Amino acid sequence: MKTVRSAPQPGKPRLTTSAMIASIAAEGQKTKAAPFGHALVELARSRPDVVGMTADLGKYTDLHIFAKEFPDRYYQMGMAEQLLFGAASGLAAEGFMPFATTYAVFASRRAYDFIHQTIAEEDRNVKIVCALPGLTSGYGPSHQAAEDLALFRAMPNMTVIDPCDAHEIEQLVPAIAAHQGPVYMRLLRGQVPVVLDEYDYEFELGKAKLIRDGKDALIISSGIMTMRALEAVQTLNNDRVDAAVLHVPTIKPLDAETILREAGKSGRLVVVAENHTTIGGLGEAVAALLMRSGVHPPFRQIALPDEFLDAGALPTLHDRYGISTAEVARQIKQWL
Amino acid sequence: METLTNTPKLADRAYNIRRNALRMGEVQGQGYIAQALDISDVLAVAYFHAMRYRPEDPSWEDRDRFLLSNGHYAIALYAALIEAGIVPEEELETYGSDESRLPMSGMASYTPGMEMSGGSLGLGLSIAVGMGLGLKRKKSDARVYTLFSDGELDEGSVWEAIQSAGHYKLDNLIGIVDVNNQQADGPSTEVMAFEPLVQKLEAFGWFVQRVDGNDLGAVLTVFDAAKSHPEPKPRMIVADTLMGKGVPFLEQREKNHFIRVEQHEWQLALAALEAGRQA
Repeated sequence: MKTVRSAPQPGKPRLTTSAMIASIAAEGQKTKAAPFGHALVELARSRPDVVGMTADLGKYTDLHIFAKEFPDRYYQMGMAEQLLFGAASGLAAEGFMPFATTYAVFASRRAYDFIHQTIAEEDRNVKIVCALPGLTSGYGPSHQAAEDLALFRAMPNMTVIDPCDAHEIEQLVPAIAAHQGPVYMRLLRGQVPVVLDEYDYEFELGKAKLIRDGKDALIISSGIMTMRALEAVQTLNNDRVDAAVLHVPTIKPLDAETILREAGKSGRLVVVAENHTTIGGLGEAVAALLMRSGVHPPFRQIALPDEFLDAGALPTLHDRYGISTAEVARQIKQWL
Repeated sequence: METLTNTPKLADRAYNIRRNALRMGEVQGQGYIAQALDISDVLAVAYFHAMRYRPEDPSWEDRDRFLLSNGHYAIALYAALIEAGIVPEEELETYGSDESRLPMSGMASYTPGMEMSGGSLGLGLSIAVGMGLGLKRKKSDARVYTLFSDGELDEGSVWEAIQSAGHYKLDNLIGIVDVNNQQADGPSTEVMAFEPLVQKLEAFGWFVQRVDGNDLGAVLTVFDAAKSHPEPKPRMIVADTLMGKGVPFLEQREKNHFIRVEQHEWQLALAALEAGRQA
């Protein structure tokens, strides 16, 4: 039976930016515009096999920058995601390296079989680049890809990447191009925070990197949650909690060696933080790895709940679902 | 390029394709044999008249590509690939068995000459659009042939691909839709009405020809016209076919997507095929 929500209480102040594309950058944070688009243009100058494809979301995946620079290497496939990925497979079969962009919801949910059969099963060299990963849109479930990592992790042959910031996106574009085979990459687009440059960080495909060390807790995170973890660490410091942050941008294949090494150090609470449902993402991947390996630290998960998420302003939603900086710090303190 | 009157004649090729398919069906005691028999004439013209390829080098860069979207027709394509010398004839005995390169549903990584993994229906034309774009990028004059079934016309993705091929004026695509009017749940026109097919495809910007897919001479003519047509449009051949063609008792059997053939009937079918050839 259809049930409709109650009307909001009058008089209560509320944020009103339930936008499709909301910024994930905090006020005053250092950002960079369209890092993916610029990095792809740079790559394409030396790689004539690179082509760009989209399903009516060129402007919203920063691919318009590539399109402007290389109009004859850009394919607009219309609002047709199944066609987009089938055609990407065909171009890859002919020796090209398509970077095919859309929103994460459409690649993971609408075009899954096309990616599974025409790209992954045939091991085609297609790079799938998807904006609005996890909870980065205020539009509600139609645009919130809370389960994309679970779906693509389950697909054989697929490499799965969840980058943190503009610094990392710039580095991983040439890195995934150097990798022969299909890749699913979560995209941060528009004005993208720059965070990891201050930590002397370098992206390596398949590698987890310890961004900072700490003796009380180990936060294992990917994507924007690494940014949140690093901010939360400052808050935790004020409460004399010393937390390490291990960034795991490559969700598959998982860097088991580094994760086991860090999680195996005694005396630390292990918290996996991800912008993804609790089901099937980094948290469960790490939990299974630890269990299989006989490594049993105290373990907690910060992730989106297994439910259809609300529409609303992104800061409100990130607080509500426990992935804001304040909520990350609060939960970790509570668990210690 | 083989014709109706050369030796070996195209009719001999079609006969051999049907015979290979029946022999594979006998190996497993099952298979989509009625479809294989209906499409053999089209495959004979494609592989022995229309297409450019090197049997000893199935990945030859300048080959025409042949995409089998309806992966369950693999038995038919294997029969043609064997006749073309791309797959050794002795592998026919392995059809559908463990470790075989001839699985019952076609997959690119298993079989020489198989360009895509079909079976999940509605994939082929989308891949063809990408290949067509890619070949044009490479300034190749190779063509992409895509065989698909009338049941696949129910899939929305097929129309996404048809629309985009028209948009990109992919004159290097030749689609072949097998209208045998049979899909899993019944006659295709009853499961989901798709006529008037020619007019629909033309409205999407395709050069369309409809043909009796079991009339070798007519099939040859439409393949020639599809290749030589001057307009910058993708080309579609709508082939009306008869399931079981060439084996009268299978032609008359109650129409089903997956027809039953009893163990003793495979030899009878081969005999009937042979008798029809001599008649």
